[in-house]
Amino acid sequence: MKKLIELKGLSAGYDEEIILKHVNFSIYEKDFIGIIGPNGGGKTTLLKIILGLLKPIKGEITYFREGLDKMSTIGYLPQSFAMDRKFPISVCDVVLSGLMNRKGLVSKYTKAEKELAYELLVETGLEGLWKKHLGELSGGQLQRVLLCRAIISSPDLLILDEPGTYVDNKFEGELYEMLRDLNERMAIIIVSHDIGIISYYIKTIACVNRNFHYHESNVITEKQLAAYNCPIQLITHGDVPHTVLKKHQN
Amino acid sequence: MDALFEIFRYQFLLKAMLAAIFTSVSCGIIGTYIVSKRIVFLSGGITHASFGGIGIGYFLGINPILGAAVFAVLTALGIELVTKKADIREDSVIGMWWSFGMAIGIIFIFITPGYAPNLMSYLFGSILTVTNLDLYMMLILNVIMVLFFLAFFKTILYVSFDPEYARTYRAPVQLINYILLGLVALTIVLNIRVMGIILIISLLTIPQTIANLFTRSFRNIIFVSILIALLGCFAGLFISYRFDIPSGASIIFTLVMMFIIARIYRQLIKAWLLRKQVR
Repeated sequence: MKKLIELKGLSAGYDEEIILKHVNFSIYEKDFIGIIGPNGGGKTTLLKIILGLLKPIKGEITYFREGLDKMSTIGYLPQSFAMDRKFPISVCDVVLSGLMNRKGLVSKYTKAEKELAYELLVETGLEGLWKKHLGELSGGQLQRVLLCRAIISSPDLLILDEPGTYVDNKFEGELYEMLRDLNERMAIIIVSHDIGIISYYIKTIACVNRNFHYHESNVITEKQLAAYNCPIQLITHGDVPHTVLKKHQN
Repeated sequence: MDALFEIFRYQFLLKAMLAAIFTSVSCGIIGTYIVSKRIVFLSGGITHASFGGIGIGYFLGINPILGAAVFAVLTALGIELVTKKADIREDSVIGMWWSFGMAIGIIFIFITPGYAPNLMSYLFGSILTVTNLDLYMMLILNVIMVLFFLAFFKTILYVSFDPEYARTYRAPVQLINYILLGLVALTIVLNIRVMGIILIISLLTIPQTIANLFTRSFRNIIFVSILIALLGCFAGLFISYRFDIPSGASIIFTLVMMFIIARIYRQLIKAWLLRKQVR
């Protein structure tokens, strides 16, 4: 397994407030990491560090593959509620904008790139939406379009921020199946509130609650949770995947 | 028909037509950006704040449009900067700049000895009195803007749509924002002679809103709103000439009438399509 990114002794935050500290962790090829933790615990801050939108206050982040540091091989699916759904842009343009990193500021998109974008839409069941505009999509369709944008550059690492939040359960299931296929080709980091369904698909869990705990399995026991001081659900897998709801005291 | 021939006999009317064309192109392009990015209020702030530059121009005895240009660009960049650095809500900052610029303008015009010629034309515009210099400056702005949008169209579109995403790709988001804001400021200032401070916002929003009723593509909104602005300017100019009313006001009146007609037309088409489906 080749190492993609390493975070060493890293602390991060805004202005004077440190949101996240003592992060030591590496991302390898074909990882499938679920990031969990309470609101305000630093999940988004961690993503911003990895995406290079925020500089660490202490420690360092190292990219081990060419292009990763320029994000040309990282795909990103942001939370979709922040999108301006009335912005006059077509589905085809949104998907193609995922190639912005490797195109210059002036170059035009080639026929091959457009065909690639079209194929992705077909794969995700959106073939009829090519010429549609953003405002005409449902929440699930928008999420799929944004996923196409994130993977069109065949990144080494795909980062998803709460992809299941604003979509129906049916799409959520499909999305995770899709991610499982994608995981054959790329490492995936997924942030989620609801670790319930996702824990079935991920390989490892990172718990972010101001501090950072990396758990190299997709099962967390009650005892471990208590040690992590992380108010999340308990995770187990039986014949039927299920979670046990439990909050623990500080 | 006679009135139409009469128009072309006068050179100043030819200039007015040229001004209308330049205005429509620049406002059509940058207005589409303004409406899509929802920075109409910011644009209003830039417009009104530029009055400060006009006042200082009068006071120093330089071309007021030059003063307005400096003021407008500083306002555009200043609002962006203050919002970020001082951590104050953007619309509050805009409100402050908006009125501060107007106040500066009023103070300087007041303390300038004598009376301020053409003051009304800066406030309400006067397309019939544009000078050759005005036209040259508008032409240069138009050329720059068209070239910039032709060269960087996709980048402008993607960066405006999702700046954070563009930032993860290391696109020069901030630089592009500043250039576009600068173009917004310059478009506003150079069109002040045509539409006036009070009325310029109309050409940056009404044609785009009408266009947006029929198309949702950024590119098409640009083309359609240029055509609508042209139509509005020419029709408004004709009405202004025919009935002897101020040109700026009659252009806006025409544009709003066009909006109402377009909106009703679209409603009828929708209802008709629905009925066809039900049948």
